[in-house]
Amino acid sequence: MSKIEIKNVYKIFGNTPDKVLPMVKEGANKEEVLEETGHTVGLDNVTLSIEEGETFVCMGLSGSGKSTLIRHLNRLIDPTDGDIIIDGKNIMEFDEQQLIDFRKHELSMVFQRFGLFPHKTVIENIGYGLEIQGKLMEERNEISMMQIEAVGLQGFENQYPNQLSGGMQQRVGLARALATNPEILLMDEAFSALDPLIRSDMQQQLIELQAKLKKTIVFITHDLDESLRLGDHIGILNGGRLVQAGTPEQIIMSPADDYVKAFVKDVNRAKVLKAKTVMVRANEFDSNNIKLSDTYKVNENVYIEEFLPKVLANNSTIIVVDNKGNTKGYITAKQLSISLSKTGYNESSKTS
Amino acid sequence: MTLGAKRNIPKSVRKSMTDLVNNLIPKKLLSLLSRIFGAVALVTLIIVSYFSSKRKPDNIGELFEKWDSFLGIPLPKFLVDWPKWLDTPFMHWINKGWKSFIADYGLIFDAIGYALLRGYTELKGVIVQTPWPIVIMGVIAITYFTSGKKIGTTVFVGFCTFFIGFLNPRFWDKAIETTTMVVIGIAICIIVGIPIGIAMARSEKVRNAILPILDTMQVIPAFCYLIPGIILFGLGAIPAIISIFIYACPPLIRLTDLGIRLVDEEVIEAARSFGASKKQMLLGVQLPLALPNIMQGINQCTMMALAMVVIASMIGTRGLGDEVLLGLQQLNVGAALEAGLAIVLLAIVLDRMTQAYGDKIQERTQPGKKKN
Repeated sequence: MSKIEIKNVYKIFGNTPDKVLPMVKEGANKEEVLEETGHTVGLDNVTLSIEEGETFVCMGLSGSGKSTLIRHLNRLIDPTDGDIIIDGKNIMEFDEQQLIDFRKHELSMVFQRFGLFPHKTVIENIGYGLEIQGKLMEERNEISMMQIEAVGLQGFENQYPNQLSGGMQQRVGLARALATNPEILLMDEAFSALDPLIRSDMQQQLIELQAKLKKTIVFITHDLDESLRLGDHIGILNGGRLVQAGTPEQIIMSPADDYVKAFVKDVNRAKVLKAKTVMVRANEFDSNNIKLSDTYKVNENVYIEEFLPKVLANNSTIIVVDNKGNTKGYITAKQLSISLSKTGYNESSKTS
Repeated sequence: MTLGAKRNIPKSVRKSMTDLVNNLIPKKLLSLLSRIFGAVALVTLIIVSYFSSKRKPDNIGELFEKWDSFLGIPLPKFLVDWPKWLDTPFMHWINKGWKSFIADYGLIFDAIGYALLRGYTELKGVIVQTPWPIVIMGVIAITYFTSGKKIGTTVFVGFCTFFIGFLNPRFWDKAIETTTMVVIGIAICIIVGIPIGIAMARSEKVRNAILPILDTMQVIPAFCYLIPGIILFGLGAIPAIISIFIYACPPLIRLTDLGIRLVDEEVIEAARSFGASKKQMLLGVQLPLALPNIMQGINQCTMMALAMVVIASMIGTRGLGDEVLLGLQQLNVGAALEAGLAIVLLAIVLDRMTQAYGDKIQERTQPGKKKN
């Protein structure tokens, strides 16, 4: 069973969402609903499931409903219709006290503009979740110090947030979220307000933390590179609808519609695609007419950019192997050029 | 039904319940009924006003007696001048209500008045009997700590305090009387105003109900409640304190409400996402972050209270305002100005003491301002 299941969730903003709901269910789109009723559709029949221990990236432009979606997972926003099941429990049936307990222990959230408490020091900020849980000062500070070390903020624990830079503030936000040791981490455009270098730094830090902690992370972003770097699965939202969900390779190689195509158009494929994604399987490939002197062996999980220079230099053929060294498939120079072309894999393979 | 109980009901049941209520009392019928009620009330009011007015037209002919013209069109008299018989007996109702109010509830006001008077005399007595250098030292000490140990402000406030007595020895005790009234008035404003401000920030309905009352309190001329104040509480300090409350409380309530609503939405969301209860949210996040605004409210409250104490001297309240009034009555411009200057000095002292504290908190909670 999946860790998080979102089933047919609708969210309509306005005065009488219940009256507008049937119209949205019949398939009216966001613009039509806004024009006719003055209500804004936040989410339109979103169904998806997120597995335990994976990083699910939810992507879309501003106004696509991604921030609304993430706030449904801890019910900062209540859906107009639909169910949200976490760990097999329908959180829509929680009463106020259950909801508070659920928020205290099961998940925590990182915010775009950090959401730090300006009147509390760094260590007090990080200990806030524990304070709400009712933990005593000593225990709180002990755990907080561990988190401060984990994100590399030693020496700043008694500073106030406005004395720190943006990147450091978001580290405090991350440490605060991790301090309660939740199973689920919600990150709402957590790195969007940071400059590119620090953002890349923070992404690396998150990847390293995730390798150790194995949390279920729901990450919101409007940046495709970020989502490809962090996500095990990616969901793309447009106008409140989930237009495509899948692995990064699936999104790049077979975009579901024009919206997704426009999104992935400018991505550097060599950086994102792995050898196993573009190879021709060994049993489908005629290996007799290649010269063994021109071949290289490459692990199946290696990104294209790492062996691309070798192919270009010698027009050689790549033999793709798995971790044990068994041949899984082959990549020729021609194959590679098709995979990297911008018009998309499917179309170019049809024409060639 | 409380909010908590409402959440316990499964969603489907709750939905069908609201449907049921909506079907039983259709909204259209409800609005129609309220309109009919309004129309009936208006017609009744007109009939009542006609029968209770002293001057009624003798016959129909009188209404058309004097023809006048408006933009060249001839009009009967009753359309040009407001007819005397179209007059609600509002004044009579208030007078009648006021009389029975005093007869029935006068005792309660006596009790409130007595309690306030005791507090006022005790506090005043203590400060008046303290040697003046110690009072000045006390003011300096308080300012030193509230201003975040700024030497300049502290010295300035100390000098101002000294100068109140230095202007005229009589002013010292009078300034203490005035200050005591202001302090008690502000204390009542804080005790009543801040909880109301919090309630307004939490609920749209409460805000809509309270706002017109605040408007009334701020706009109504001071003498409209100063004089009834005398009837309820007698002459002296108590009606002045009540007037301070009416006049100075609205800004505190408004700024508390504003301060809480201005707290960054993301910070509130962060607290909620960690499972903070409403109480934890209010005490741990909202109030501390609204504190600069609330302190600004208390500062405004202080200034308005001081202004009101001076006006209240017209109804026999003693204090520095009394000195101004006395000077003017004797056509002694020098004495009046001297007393006016003392009031300004007192205002500066009270302002610096409350303002400085707000500034100190603000430095930390304003994300834009960086201390380097």
